[in-house]
Amino acid sequence: MNDSNIQLDDNGHLKHFLTIEGLERSLLLNILETAETFSGVGARAVKKVPILRGKTVANLFFEPSTRTRTTFELAAKRLSADILSLNISNSATKKGESLLDTLHTLEAMHCDMFIVRHANSGAAHFIASHVAPNISVINGGDGRHAHPTQAMLDMFTIRKHKPDFSKLRVAIVGDILHSRVARSEIHALSILGASEIRVIGPRTLIPWHIETMGVHIFHDMNAGLKDVDVIVVLRLQQERMRSALLPSESEYFRLYGLTEEKLALAKPDAIVMHPGPINRGIEIDSRVADSRQSVILQQVSHGIAIRMAVMAMTMQSQSGIQPEGGHADPD
Amino acid sequence: MQIQIKQGHLIDPANQVDKVTDVFISDGKIASLGKSPRGFKADHTIDASGRLVLPGLVDLSARLREPGNEHKATITSETHAAACGGITSVCCPPDTRPVIDSSAVVELIHQRALDRGNARVYCLGALTHGLQGETLANMHALKQAGCIGVSNGLLPVANTAVLRRALDYASSCDITVHLFCEDASLRDDGVVHEGIMSVRMGLPGIPGTAESIAISRVLQLIEQTPCRVHFCRVSSAQSLPMIADAKQRGLPVSADTGISHLFLSEVDLAGFNNNCHLCPPLRSDTDREALRKALAGGVIDAICSDHQPHNADAKAVPFSQSEPGASTIDVVLPLALQLARDGVMELPGIIEALTARPAAIAGLEAGQLGVGAVADLCIVDPDAPWTVTEDQLVSTGKNNPFLGWEMHGKVTQTLLGGLPVYPADTDHATP
Repeated sequence: MNDSNIQLDDNGHLKHFLTIEGLERSLLLNILETAETFSGVGARAVKKVPILRGKTVANLFFEPSTRTRTTFELAAKRLSADILSLNISNSATKKGESLLDTLHTLEAMHCDMFIVRHANSGAAHFIASHVAPNISVINGGDGRHAHPTQAMLDMFTIRKHKPDFSKLRVAIVGDILHSRVARSEIHALSILGASEIRVIGPRTLIPWHIETMGVHIFHDMNAGLKDVDVIVVLRLQQERMRSALLPSESEYFRLYGLTEEKLALAKPDAIVMHPGPINRGIEIDSRVADSRQSVILQQVSHGIAIRMAVMAMTMQSQSGIQPEGGHADPD
Repeated sequence: MQIQIKQGHLIDPANQVDKVTDVFISDGKIASLGKSPRGFKADHTIDASGRLVLPGLVDLSARLREPGNEHKATITSETHAAACGGITSVCCPPDTRPVIDSSAVVELIHQRALDRGNARVYCLGALTHGLQGETLANMHALKQAGCIGVSNGLLPVANTAVLRRALDYASSCDITVHLFCEDASLRDDGVVHEGIMSVRMGLPGIPGTAESIAISRVLQLIEQTPCRVHFCRVSSAQSLPMIADAKQRGLPVSADTGISHLFLSEVDLAGFNNNCHLCPPLRSDTDREALRKALAGGVIDAICSDHQPHNADAKAVPFSQSEPGASTIDVVLPLALQLARDGVMELPGIIEALTARPAAIAGLEAGQLGVGAVADLCIVDPDAPWTVTEDQLVSTGKNNPFLGWEMHGKVTQTLLGGLPVYPADTDHATP
């Protein structure tokens, strides 16, 4: 069950970043600390550090994405890398090119890093195990499996508000079944020592056997939110109605939509998170999304620092680069 | 030609033989055991001391990929691999291209196997036309052409009325129906067992009930029509009590499981190992233990290779896009010997599940070495160690989930009708 070996080099450094599962607590803390050193870069007059100068990063998005792709792009640019953004879902694969052939073509262009988003679980593992040894692969989301940079930026955001993970009670609400974010967050929270992880949703959207990942299952939103410190609301996709997983959006909102009344059951200083894009009035009420307790926009800006950290750390394993923001101003 | 096999440990469960003895072969048949028949003069003597002498294995399901998928494997390549693995009779499921739903395809396969085969090849005909699950295939004609049973391959017969009529019709043709049972709507887009790994890997799961519900449907149908049904590739623990109960009540049912399912489980999927993408899926450790118990208890009658060789490209894609199936024909015998070492059951029982019992299910006279029987047999060095590597595999399919495993047991000779097919005169493969 340990997939970490492929992502670490012989010295235990991060070579690829594919999944949180199996990584050491110290490595996750290292990512958070490194991101901290980068978080000031965006506020400077010159928003760049030269860490990845001369490196070429290719964004391989086999599935559409706006925020993940643009924050990776921005992160690469702030590290002074050259970045290629390929919207592959519209090009080569439509012409019948196999995934391996697409990879080998990009390898021939001497890229140093692939950021991969793909609809199939395991695609990032597949790519990492087939690319040339000098290329690092960062998983930008694969199927329902993992979205490790999203999980780390969420940990970063949580830590800004609640520095001690061991005291945290976290609830993840909604479509756990189809969520790579939920899976990666569960791994990250349990490695960082959160005191309780809850998943809340109807039986149809909670995958069977998820209790083996160390979470508590709640079907009653009111019971599940009681006394939690962090609420992660997941996006509900329309097609879940068509596949008989849910009767209707309105029933879903009534049972699991996060409203002010339900939020009041959590701790008074609880924070509300969402990986975006949000569906107002379906999984979250506008008043909650725009409230003081919502940290949804902070998540987005933290995404850049986390992605800079992960890119710098994986490149360090390749070439001995020091992954630090240098003379960054503290926040 | 007359052959004497000296001092081998003969295990022939059908005839309750389990002892060190000499085997005398004359004109392709077993002439005598222990004592030389009158006038016997060996043209060829094989020293089998320290070795096992077994009936040639009867494999209820091995895909040879011919016709239609010769880029994956051929009758020549896979029957050669069978011979090297001690398998002398192979049943080929109907999902070739074209499908085995006409006597012409049966004749084509039989002819090619005769011309270039190193094992006896038997066909399972289609249960429904094109395996579409809609209209009945010409079962009687298929039987006349030599099919040993009918099957819908890995495809479901979703319509229960069609399934009922197919079973009824098969019973009136007196032909065994080999059914892989899986409820298509419960499988949906599933690619792995719904369990501790599907949740972690984010891969769509196939619940164990997809199999047990489909088996229960068949059992209720054959309560009324006593059609002979063989349940193929049983994988799920919850199916087993139903099959046991049906047998106890005297329903004419039998069952097999693939060798991989007796050794591997969902845990082996870790790291998205495409060679463990199987159909039916590898299930939990609990299921695997239940299958082992069911084999020992006779609920599972037979072990088959469930050999599904693929070309490299078929697996060189992300997990859920890869074609399911494992190339296993090379490892059946050493793994079977391992079952005995693991204490699952005594060796004769395991050999029976690989020889006499599958032969009975397929209606073949093979699988036993009594006097007068056709001399299809293999000689095995039971302790010879080897490591499974792509180079060691004789099958052209290198998609073997046991790559890297240490095996104990290697076939040293295989005779088909008293003639050596491994090693053969023309065989340059290293033993």
